[in-house]
Amino acid sequence: MSTETSNKICVVIGASHAGVNFAFALRKEGWEGDIILFDRDPEFPYHRPPLSKAYLTSEEGTQQDLLFPKQNYETDKITLKLGKIISSINRKEKSVTVSDGSVQKYDKLVLTTGARPFIPPIKGLNSAKNVFAMRTAEDALNIRKSLNKDHNKVIIIGGGYIGLETAASLSKLGASVTVLEREERVLSRVTAPEMSTYFKELHHKHGVSVLSNKNVTSINFDNNINEVQCDDNSSYKADIIIVGVGIKVNTELAEEAGLEIENGIKVDANCKTNDPNIYALGDCTFHFNPHYKKYIRLESVQNAVDQAKIAAKSICGKAVAYDSIPWFWSDQYDVKLQMVGLSQGYNQTIKRIETDRDNCQSVWYFKDDELLAVDAINNAKAYMLGIRFIQKNQKIDKLKLSDVSIAITPTSYI
Amino acid sequence: MAKITFVTSDNDTIITEATTGSVMELAVQNKVKGIDGDCGGVCSCATCHVHVEPAFWDKVGAPSQLESDMLEFDDNVSEYSRLCCQIDVSDAIDGVVLNVAK
Ligand SMILES: Cc1cc2nc3c(=O)[nH]c(=O)nc-3n(C[C@H](O)[C@H](O)[C@H](O)COP(=O)(O)OP(=O)(O)OC[C@H]3O[C@@H](n4cnc5c(N)ncnc54)[C@H](O)[C@@H]3O)c2cc1C
Ligand code: FES
Repeated sequence: MSTETSNKICVVIGASHAGVNFAFALRKEGWEGDIILFDRDPEFPYHRPPLSKAYLTSEEGTQQDLLFPKQNYETDKITLKLGKIISSINRKEKSVTVSDGSVQKYDKLVLTTGARPFIPPIKGLNSAKNVFAMRTAEDALNIRKSLNKDHNKVIIIGGGYIGLETAASLSKLGASVTVLEREERVLSRVTAPEMSTYFKELHHKHGVSVLSNKNVTSINFDNNINEVQCDDNSSYKADIIIVGVGIKVNTELAEEAGLEIENGIKVDANCKTNDPNIYALGDCTFHFNPHYKKYIRLESVQNAVDQAKIAAKSICGKAVAYDSIPWFWSDQYDVKLQMVGLSQGYNQTIKRIETDRDNCQSVWYFKDDELLAVDAINNAKAYMLGIRFIQKNQKIDKLKLSDVSIAITPTSYI
Repeated sequence: MAKITFVTSDNDTIITEATTGSVMELAVQNKVKGIDGDCGGVCSCATCHVHVEPAFWDKVGAPSQLESDMLEFDDNVSEYSRLCCQIDVSDAIDGVVLNVAK
C-alpha cells in the first residue's frame, strides 16, 4: 500500500462529521499520502448536535466539543484549511479551485459538503431583525449573544428536532419561546402522531407554546420588534426569530462538475460517485440502504460516520458495502429520545408505556409484520433491542409487545 | 492528573494521562483500538464499551440507568461493563485499568 499512496493527494471538501471522520479513517486504513481538508467555516471542526442542545446553555463554547483533538491532526498529518471556500471542481485536471484563485490537485476527491439551512421565501424576512438559522457554531453563538432579559421573546419557525431542541434550550435560559409549525403536528415528517403529541405536551409543561397549522406568511419589523404574521391572521411578536424549516443539500459543486445528482449526490455502496476518483459522504449523499432496499438521504451523525469508514476502506482497496441501520437521538429538557430504523411506510404502531419506571416509553413502527423502526423515550433498552430486532429481521409477536406486563428482553416478543 | 491504562482485545497496553474530558475522548486521542466514540459521547452508540478491571470498579463507579440499559443486551456485557464516554477523567480515577470490550 505504501508505495501506491505515499505520493498521492486526497482532498476533502467539508471538514465536519463526514469529512473529519473520513480523514482519520483514511489514515487508519493505511493511506500514506497527503490528506487535505477544506472548509468555509473558520472554526476548528466541532460536533454539530450540541449546538441546539448543551452548547446553547453551557458557558464553555464549541471548542469544548471538537470532533478530534487538535494534536491528532498533527500526529496523523491531516492538513486543515479552514475559512476556505472551494468554488469549482475540474475533473479533467483532477483539481479544485479555491475562491482565492489558488488551485489544489487531487488523486482522490471526497465531497462532504453537507447541507445548509433552507430559508423559506417569507415576505419581510430579509428586513427582519435578529433572524438566525441553526447550523453552525456562529449561528449558535449569535443566538446566545442576542438573547438577554429584555430581549427574550423568541419565535421558532419550524417544529422539527432542531427547532424543538432550540426551544427547550432557550427556555432553560429564560427566554419566552413559541414554536410555529406549518403542518398539523410537529415532527410530522419523521414520527407517528403519538410522538408529536408527547413532545408538544412536554414543551407545554415547560412553558413553551408549540402551535400547529401556523403558516408564516410575512414578518414586519416595527417599533424595534418583529411581528410574525401567519396565514390564519394570527400574529406573534419576536425579538429573536429562528428559522428551522429544514435544509438544502450542498450539491452545487458536484452538479457543476457533472456528477450524478438525485435528491443529493448519488453514490454507490462504497460511497463512490459516477467518477471513480470522487467519493461523497454524509448529509449530501443520496445512497442505497440495503436493509430498507431503497435510495435515501439521511441527516445524521450515524450516516456521516459510517459512510466515512466505508469510503476510507474503499479508497485503500478494502472495499466493504454500506449496510447500516440508521439511528439518531434528540435531547429536550430531561428527555432522551433515541430512534432506530426508518419508519416511512409504516401501517401500524405499537406504543408501550413502561409502568415500572417514570416517563419511559417507546413506539414501535410496523409495516405488516416487518418491524421498521423504534422511537424510545428514556428507554435505551427498547432502542437497543430495536436495533437488534431490525438487523435480524426478527418476526415479533405484536400481542406480547403490546403487553407492558411482559418486560423488554431479547427473547420476550419472539 | 489521572493515569488511565487501556488494554485492547489484542492485549496491547496503552498508558495515558489526562486531567479533563471523558475517558472515551482520551481513548480516541490515543487511538485505542476498539473505542470509536461514534455518537460523540452521548450514550447512544455503544462503541466505547470497556470492562473495568474488577479491582478498580469501586473507583470508577456504577453506570447510570440510561447507560446500563444501553449495555444490558450487549453480547459482551459483564458485571464490570461501562460505556467510557460516561466516565469523566479526574483524580478520582487515577490508576484505573480498563479492558476494551470486543
Ligand atoms: C443544530 C443541529 C443539531 C443536530 N442534532 C443531531 C443529533 O442529535 N443527532 C444526529 O445524528 N444528527 C444531528 N444533527 C445532524 C448532524 O449534525 C449532521 O448529520 C452532520 O453534521 C452531517 O455531517 P456532514 O459532514 O455530512 O455535513 P455538515 O455537517 O453539513 O458539514 C459540511 C461542511 O462542508 C462545508 N462546505 C460545504 N460546501 C463547501 C465549499 N464549497 N467549500 C468549503 N467548505 C464547504 C460546510 O461549511 C460544512 O462545514 C444536527 C444538526 C444540527 C445543525
Ligand atoms: S461514545 Fe457513543 S455511547 Fe459512548
